[in-house]
Amino acid sequence: MNVSLPNFHALANPARFLKIARPLTPVLFWTGVLLIAIGCWAGLTQTPPDYLQGETVRILYIHVPAAWLGMGGWSGIALSSIALLVWRHPLAAVAARAIALPGAVFAALCLVTGSIWGRPTWGTWWQWDGRLTSMLLLFFVYCAYMALARADADRGGDGRIPALFGLAGTVLLPVIRYSVIWWNTLHQGPSIGLTRSTIDGAILWPLPIMVAGFSFLFGAIVLMRMRGLLAVAKAEARMRRMARI
Amino acid sequence: MNPWPFVAVAYAVMLGCTAVLAIVSYLAMKRAER
Repeated sequence: MNVSLPNFHALANPARFLKIARPLTPVLFWTGVLLIAIGCWAGLTQTPPDYLQGETVRILYIHVPAAWLGMGGWSGIALSSIALLVWRHPLAAVAARAIALPGAVFAALCLVTGSIWGRPTWGTWWQWDGRLTSMLLLFFVYCAYMALARADADRGGDGRIPALFGLAGTVLLPVIRYSVIWWNTLHQGPSIGLTRSTIDGAILWPLPIMVAGFSFLFGAIVLMRMRGLLAVAKAEARMRRMARI
Repeated sequence: MNPWPFVAVAYAVMLGCTAVLAIVSYLAMKRAER
């Protein structure tokens, strides 16, 4: 069976990818910074306190983007893994390696900001709750993926073993998503959906701005890391060629 | 319990770590592309 994606494969050439990535990086970066600045101003000064949680509800505007990017990062690794295993896309392994560190950082930030939010709200920094524990597992899986991808790259591997691990780790995403339904312990149930939310609009409106801002910044960071990894690979290839002469 | 110290620390951790990540990624890219 011939499975092809013409536009997707247009980026298979690293030179063509770099031609797009170089101007795109500062655009994503500065758009992200601007949106985050607007979101912080709105979230800290323009929204009312929650009737139950008071001012601590403002942690929502950073906790949700961190959770979104922690899980979204792993979705990116899974898509890159599919691209590598099915189409042997030459940039897929680079993309997955570039996503792993920012994904792990945002998964950790989700845990830390959640813990800071939990202390005044629940009266505890940590609880072995379904949502918290599954998110912690995702962070550990990120760490394992980074170690595996590094070892594979050092041995000159083709990236298939980390790609298989990347696909296997995808199992955690629905577990995190539905953990608050399957194990109803401390973390609140789902309050934000694609079409509706149980949070009042007066409090909710800065959240999409923050999610978009951090997503743009995440994209810029991934592009910077991809450009760095490609430059290192190019330099190593040049040194190997020179060693042969 | 005063909530503002918790809010301030959460924002500082999130923005600080994101800034460090962006700076480290930028410097690594510049070093590699040189």
